[in-house]
Amino acid sequence: MDRRDFLKKCVMVVAGASIPLSALTLVDPRKVLAANPDIQWAFLVDTNKCVGCGFCVKACKTENDIPFDANVTRTWVERYVYTKDDRRYVDSPKGALNGFTESRIDLGKGEFKEIDPKNVGKAFFVPKLCNHCTTPPCTQVCPVGATYKTDDGVVLVDRKWCIGCGYCIMACPYAARFFHPVLKVADKCTFCYHRLSKGLQSACVNACPFGARRMGNIHDPNDPITQIIMNERVGVLKDEFGTKPQAFYIGLAQEVR
Amino acid sequence: MVEQIAQHAMEVHGEAWTIKELFTLPNEYIYWSIQIVMYPFMTGLVAGAFVLSSLYHVFGVEKLKEIARFSLVFSFALLPVAMMPLMLHLQQPLRGIHVMLTPHFTSAIAAFGIVFSTYGCIVATELWLVYRKHFVQSALELKAKKNPGLVDKFRCLVFTALTLGAWDISHEAIEKDHKACKIMAGIGIPVACFLHGYAGFIFGSVKANALWMTPLMPVIFICSAVVSGVALCILSYVVVQEFRKFLAKRKLARWANDTDAPTVEELEGAKHMEVMLSSNYLLYFMIAALTLEILDLIFRGYTQVKSWDILREVIMERDFVKIFVMQYGIGNVLPFLMMALPGRTVRRTTIATVLVLFGVFMMRYNVVIGGQAFSLSFAGFMDYHLPIIPHNLETFKEGLGGAVTVIATPFILFYFINKFLPAFLKEESSH
Repeated sequence: MDRRDFLKKCVMVVAGASIPLSALTLVDPRKVLAANPDIQWAFLVDTNKCVGCGFCVKACKTENDIPFDANVTRTWVERYVYTKDDRRYVDSPKGALNGFTESRIDLGKGEFKEIDPKNVGKAFFVPKLCNHCTTPPCTQVCPVGATYKTDDGVVLVDRKWCIGCGYCIMACPYAARFFHPVLKVADKCTFCYHRLSKGLQSACVNACPFGARRMGNIHDPNDPITQIIMNERVGVLKDEFGTKPQAFYIGLAQEVR
Repeated sequence: MVEQIAQHAMEVHGEAWTIKELFTLPNEYIYWSIQIVMYPFMTGLVAGAFVLSSLYHVFGVEKLKEIARFSLVFSFALLPVAMMPLMLHLQQPLRGIHVMLTPHFTSAIAAFGIVFSTYGCIVATELWLVYRKHFVQSALELKAKKNPGLVDKFRCLVFTALTLGAWDISHEAIEKDHKACKIMAGIGIPVACFLHGYAGFIFGSVKANALWMTPLMPVIFICSAVVSGVALCILSYVVVQEFRKFLAKRKLARWANDTDAPTVEELEGAKHMEVMLSSNYLLYFMIAALTLEILDLIFRGYTQVKSWDILREVIMERDFVKIFVMQYGIGNVLPFLMMALPGRTVRRTTIATVLVLFGVFMMRYNVVIGGQAFSLSFAGFMDYHLPIIPHNLETFKEGLGGAVTVIATPFILFYFINKFLPAFLKEESSH
């Protein structure tokens, strides 16, 4: 075979093979499992309804195998107390795992502050969790791509690929991430993705006795959650970071950070 | 027993050395501890040592010849150590290689594998070019030896391998090496700056952290890197020269008995000149580093954005001693005066370099730990307590033990590398 023949045959083979091969596309498993343009999960917290019982924290830890007594949590509740002499106190003992059963404020280092009930101006609870940002800084900084955002809007961690560098934990402005004490990889709220994909509610939503936590599909205009987000005044946490959070809050005070 | 195991499993990473005060978010700990302080410190030393060696190779500062070769070898010894703190800090160290295998390029750390290996190749190439003649000569010498011992056989094998089959050491070939070396050093400077500048970028680009987030961070890191690298090279150079002087005086080493061995006076003279000249460069870079750091501080104080209240409390009150006394006072102003005031001696300069190294270390410490000293809620603080006596592997790795291991390794490596790449060569066998 001379060079001319060789080149001719090469062109023929390439041209002939390209037609059937063009029918094949590389399959991205993420797309197959979650490519549903009709779904974009969003979370709605009504701070007016939260009483700080901590059921959501308990449910979350149980559902997601986070050691119960470990001082890390995927979701937590903060207590804000404003006194009449214009002082602000915030605490979240053990992430409110056991609820707020004590009236005194935890100041850390084993110190507590008792506040005279007559001096309390206003007080409220704010539940927090991963905001599943539209532009998450945590997935951006992962050096190995072990954390990613699914197409239906949930930020997840691949526990088999995470190297445990902690960069995502540093990058999250909401401190929603931590190292799992047993698995030694980055861990965070998944919106209970394993439940969502079966058509169930996430554990904390299920556990909240007062309906302070709700979830919905923000791409469905008829979803009650979407209705509230569209029609009422809702806020997000720390919007100055440009992360476009997908957890919305009703009754958000500006001091809540 | 079961409870104990359960209790052990409960300990969260960071809990052992973090003390929380006022309102901190439940998941907040000092996740990046002493090893992440060591990481920019060690990379800085690598980059700085290389820049000092390049002053001779690229810009032809002839007087720096000896310290330049020393710096190059030392920079090579430091190189593997730049990676060590990262490995010691990873929660999954066995998966560390993933950074090379599946780099995720939107992350600043992902570039590490590529930049680091490029830089390693450049330093290795440059070293090979500088020492090729030495390899060939040593290999030939050992081959010619009658009745070689086991050690000589091994050395012969290593030197032969190191020549990579290039046995030509004619004048033209060496001239070519010299030219190639200059080009490699020229490429090396921007890569070294990039290696370290991007370590600054890793911190500077974390928008969640009010202290870290500034575009000045990479530049500050580069300047302080050069400062620390030059300081370490001067210090090690003086120590090694003193040791050589000691050996020459007592005729303890094999080379000291050679007829053309450097005399004590020669060693002293060379040391004086090289130290004086290098410390001038040290001063220039110190001015640049200090200016940028102060600019950053003034800018934060002047603009007073939302985070300033908490930053001011950390910088001006809680970390005042660490920042203004230890870092700026002892680590910057004092050594600066020691070197800038007239009548400077080698001894004074050497003490100054120790202080400079301390200052740069404190700067890394204050950036890395200081950046985690306040809560994202801006309403609480976290205090870092370095684990000194370890009670498990984690508190060893991320405690005093781990830090000392990282500091000691380059010196041990240097000892072995120096066996084959002698940092002090007689004139004719190198350039």
